[in-house]
Amino acid sequence: MTTQPAKSEAAGGIGRRLAGHRLLWPALILLALLLGNLAFHHDFFSVRIRDGHLYGSLIDILQFGAPLVLVALGMTLVIATRGIDLSVGSTVAIAGALACGHISTAADPGSVATMLTAAALALGVALVLGLSNGFLVSGLGVQPIVATLILMVAGRGVAQLITDGQIITVTSAPYKMIGGGYWLTFPFAVLLAAALVALTAFVTRRSALGMLIESVGGNPAASRLVGIRAGGLLALVYVFSALCAAVAGLMISSNVSSADGNNAGLWIELDAILAVVVGGTALTGGRFSLGGTVLGALIIQTLSTTVYTLGVPPETTLVFKAFVVIVVCLVQSPVFRAKVLRRRRTTTPRSHTTAGAAPQQQEAGA
Amino acid sequence: MSTGIAGAAAGLTRPFATVSPRTRTRIPLIVTAVLLVVMFSVGSVRYEGFLSAQVVLNLLIDNGFLLVVAVGATFVILTGGIDLSVGSMVALSTMLTAWLVESHGWPLAAVIPLVLLVGAASGTLMGWIIHTFEIQPFIVTLAGMFLARGLCYTISTESITISDPTTAGIAQTRLYGPGGLFVSIPVVIALAVLVIAFVVLHHTRFGRNVYALGGNESSARLMGLPAGSTKIAVYAVSGLCSALGGVLLTFYMLSGYALHAMGMELDAIAATVIGGTLLTGGSGFVLGTALGVLVLGMIQTVVNFQGTLSSWWTRIVIGALLLVFIVLQRLMSGRRPATD
Repeated sequence: MTTQPAKSEAAGGIGRRLAGHRLLWPALILLALLLGNLAFHHDFFSVRIRDGHLYGSLIDILQFGAPLVLVALGMTLVIATRGIDLSVGSTVAIAGALACGHISTAADPGSVATMLTAAALALGVALVLGLSNGFLVSGLGVQPIVATLILMVAGRGVAQLITDGQIITVTSAPYKMIGGGYWLTFPFAVLLAAALVALTAFVTRRSALGMLIESVGGNPAASRLVGIRAGGLLALVYVFSALCAAVAGLMISSNVSSADGNNAGLWIELDAILAVVVGGTALTGGRFSLGGTVLGALIIQTLSTTVYTLGVPPETTLVFKAFVVIVVCLVQSPVFRAKVLRRRRTTTPRSHTTAGAAPQQQEAGA
Repeated sequence: MSTGIAGAAAGLTRPFATVSPRTRTRIPLIVTAVLLVVMFSVGSVRYEGFLSAQVVLNLLIDNGFLLVVAVGATFVILTGGIDLSVGSMVALSTMLTAWLVESHGWPLAAVIPLVLLVGAASGTLMGWIIHTFEIQPFIVTLAGMFLARGLCYTISTESITISDPTTAGIAQTRLYGPGGLFVSIPVVIALAVLVIAFVVLHHTRFGRNVYALGGNESSARLMGLPAGSTKIAVYAVSGLCSALGGVLLTFYMLSGYALHAMGMELDAIAATVIGGTLLTGGSGFVLGTALGVLVLGMIQTVVNFQGTLSSWWTRIVIGALLLVFIVLQRLMSGRRPATD
């Protein structure tokens, strides 16, 4: 849960490294929210084992947050390329609707084979949806926000068409496993999300892929000039985002054993964007932090839980989220830093301008 | 000018390169107009009672509020920005109007200016943040969207029905024209807004600044145009228009509800795009936006008349049309859009 920056730094550098670490603020916010909850509910941190399953508020946050973590994971890579994917909410709804639709009409809804076919169907369609987004963005050069807006508008209609406007309820033990089941005492959804995050982190950070994505986001023209095939990379991140959304859709519909074309994944794209931004990935692209995104998603989920804990009408969560978005964006904005935090800057020598500060940061980061 | 293979390639990627830029930007508009006529003709042939002027007027009656909101969105989109908060602002306005009129007994004459002021002020605030701190409009208006929708719920989580006689009276007034045709008061207001927007965009200094800002912001700045105040002003216009749209929707629904106007920001953007305004800014027509709103309304009407179609086909068709028009505009515009 807590991500500590490298402890093996030179003794004098630890404090500064810790203070400057980009995951510090998200981690502190999360901690503060959790402690705030503890003040209201003294057993907030208690985790019990009942029937061989883990129970407790913290486990709940992880379990209900798992779909958001996944959607935000895909969104992180899209945003790293300077894009945005508004269609994930619709993809969540479509994936759930397809899977539940398949299971409800299958001859043997309780079999593992049916569950796997349903999941494969949802992922297959998500692949197509992601490809279409990717084609619009990289093939036709449409702005990402517009390209994915199309699927966002039409997708929910498609999801309702699949479910025929009804809420499809399914009873299938293997399907229930994806979002509501337990494995090795842990909620399966949490393990699945953790595995996918770990896999993504491994692939992007242990290969050049992450750097290439950041390069395309940082400067598309320069990347093209050095021979990076930006088109393929762009298409790839939109496909990845759609696949993540589809898995999240399976989780959400599996957890409640039903598919709701109207409400499944409603506004999850906004929560995901918020999670990514809170996690320190700038919307201007060029760099991303998967750890930050996971923290961000957990913050959003904890925020929702906190609102429930406080007994405030849950709908007012939106007001809190609005303030979080604005504060985080202001703090990230270079102009805001320059205008409001100027006094602090001028007291430190050699960092009057951003140009002067840049090499310093590089030294610290090296 | 270009020759040989290069010329052929350019012809392939930009099939409309030979058409003059002025005509090129109008092609989506012409396509929309043709589409509207075709939809109306096919509807008239297929459905009993479709071919009547009242059907067209009903489009305005049912979509007057959307027209006002979309006109505001057009201002923002012309500068190359985007306003995602309009749907929530509409909902907040219906909520505020209904709450003040019903629960507090305020006179309508005091409530409406107040609601409009709230809309314009929130738009100004968002524009100010976007301009001053150089944060993307997308994320600032996203926050505005959350905030407005959340504030609705803090007023009430239930729908507030309006039984105030003045409001109900205005809402039910029908203005009769020749041949027994009628429109509602909101339609007149919506059309007035459209005319004002047209005059402002095409015949005032502010309008030219809006186009210049969307065409190329740094050029506009270098020419000495007030880029900052123009940018703030378009968001103020959008906020004002969504508040007015909200007031009109309150008359239409005779209620305030936090779930009113869900997804209207998308409808407004769709209407603007289908009406031929480039999402990259700098080129577009507010009258086209009105055509776009009529097309969206027409889709709804056709789905209603068909009867056997589920209403969610509307969403799918709007999405498909949006796709067609965006691809069409990409093919039309000679240059690649400058990202951001």
